[in-house]
Amino acid sequence: MDNHKRNLKILGSPYYLWSAFFIIIPLAMVFYYGLTDRSGAFTLANIASIIQTEHIKGLFLALELSFISTVICILLAYPLAMILSARKVSSKSFIVLIFILPMWMNFLLRTMAWQTLLEKTGVINSVLSFLGLPVLKIINTPSAIILGMVYNFLPFMVLPLYNCISKIDENVINAARDLGANSLKVFTRIILPLSIPGIISGITMVFIPALTTFVISKLLGGSKILLIGNIIEEEFTQASNWNLGSGLSIVLMIFIIVSMVITEIFDKGGESNFL
Amino acid sequence: MNKILIDLQHISKSYDGQLILDDLSLYIRENEFLTLLGPSGCGKTTTLRILGGFETPEQGKVMFEGEDITKVPPYKRQVNTVFQKYALFPHMNIKENIAFGLKIKGKTQNYIDDKIKYSLKLVNLDGYENRMPDSLSGGQQQRIAIARAIVNEPKVLLLDEPLGALDLKLRQDMQYELIRLKKELGITFVYVTHDQEEALTMSDTIVVMNQGYIQQVGPPEKIYNEPENAFVADFIGDSNIIRSTMVRDELVNILGVEFKCVDVGFGTNKPVDVVIRPEDVILKEDESGKMKGVVSHLIFKGVHYEMEVQANGFEWLVHSTKCFPVGTVVSIDVDPFNIQIMNKPEFEDEEALKIDG
Repeated sequence: MDNHKRNLKILGSPYYLWSAFFIIIPLAMVFYYGLTDRSGAFTLANIASIIQTEHIKGLFLALELSFISTVICILLAYPLAMILSARKVSSKSFIVLIFILPMWMNFLLRTMAWQTLLEKTGVINSVLSFLGLPVLKIINTPSAIILGMVYNFLPFMVLPLYNCISKIDENVINAARDLGANSLKVFTRIILPLSIPGIISGITMVFIPALTTFVISKLLGGSKILLIGNIIEEEFTQASNWNLGSGLSIVLMIFIIVSMVITEIFDKGGESNFL
Repeated sequence: MNKILIDLQHISKSYDGQLILDDLSLYIRENEFLTLLGPSGCGKTTTLRILGGFETPEQGKVMFEGEDITKVPPYKRQVNTVFQKYALFPHMNIKENIAFGLKIKGKTQNYIDDKIKYSLKLVNLDGYENRMPDSLSGGQQQRIAIARAIVNEPKVLLLDEPLGALDLKLRQDMQYELIRLKKELGITFVYVTHDQEEALTMSDTIVVMNQGYIQQVGPPEKIYNEPENAFVADFIGDSNIIRSTMVRDELVNILGVEFKCVDVGFGTNKPVDVVIRPEDVILKEDESGKMKGVVSHLIFKGVHYEMEVQANGFEWLVHSTKCFPVGTVVSIDVDPFNIQIMNKPEFEDEEALKIDG
């Protein structure tokens, strides 16, 4: 028994080292920098600086855009997940492949491709003006950022939803039909409530990365639209103010934890009876 | 006899090019406990799903009280189904599960509350209103599934191997429970099972199916005592099925020995199959029987002994309350009315050769 435990410890050591070097130590450093000033003295000024107009605007804009993106992702992903789970296995894997395929390409590349597509004189506008149609003025607007977020994070909404919906017992659906439910009622009373865990994990997988992104907003939002992620990035790279950057990171972390707790609470309601 | 409630007319259905039901016709009477019995893949569940509206037959019609309901969707039918794996709604408590159908039909809350109370009492589970399905045992979940179906007052209750997932003791209890329920509700039950004992215990009528065809329809006693072919004889209980020759009316040659029987109309010197139930084989210690044999196997089964007797090149299965030790020389006799003569099947694949379990 003791031998077994020791073996487990040895086997686990790479992961302990990994978490120490890449999770715990960086986190500790963020907290250290965030709670001190340049001279190393304790201060809450870095965290409190979130109330500066520019910072709070960045935070709220990030919250707003990632919220909108998440909602759009749910609306797009849900029908797709339903279609997928109704399909036979052979055609299913093909559709899944189409959706997963872009994920294999680098995220940065895909976002830059959108930049080229959406530019004032980009591909889409060239085609539109060639056809005599009005050109799109979408690049460097919040809409372009939402587009980028939805495009990049949609698969992360589809997969958990698909997983969840395809696990619903067909006989449960048949039972509902048997008891008098038409298709709409089957959806609202059975499929939707039973897919809440999938929606929740989809939200977590879309909302949080969208909230913290700075690449999408930088590439598609130009330099004018600053999300909280961009502000933090600039503090680290351009202003070299690690203390302020860390302080704002802590604030962002708090928001992430709060949103996870909220989703977890909703999850409890649905999941506890689900599995 | 009650009037006919459901009439299945020339139903055919296939999946992926494989014929599951072939020109099946069957009627179900009002207030009947009808069991579809057969091995897996015989088409019994497909028949039930067609009745429930979950499948549409490629050919044929489903008539319900004289109306064609072949294409009517499940939610518009006056039937309710109890599924094999219960299929309770996992996100609703027992009360909500039972109320589901009633709420959709827009019944008043008072009516629904009364119905919930009544149905839970009927299945002996009062007080379970606020429990979640996964906190109940299999037998309890199955009873809730029944309660959920019957509150809608269907004219027909379809049951798809509802006891299949339960253990033996519980299964037997539930059999009596179902008979009682059926009596109290006074509605038609259509029951699907592969368990012949379940079918014999509960049914008014048994429909024995194999490979998409109906093999025999009749009350349990008739199915057991007078199987029409070797498949039915072999599927329902243990039996000795022996290739024999019908010498003439009321005389059959079994393994070279002539036995008197009661069947007529099979012609003269015609090859037939003979079924003799193991409990109908009489063993005698002296030589007063018709055929001499030696006991080759003996097992104590509780109520009776099960023996195998080698006689005239055939291994007879015998059930008897008397014990004959292995090696005993015995003679075999069978009463004429216990010899069941069957026509040989026209097609080899109809024979009962591929039954597992």
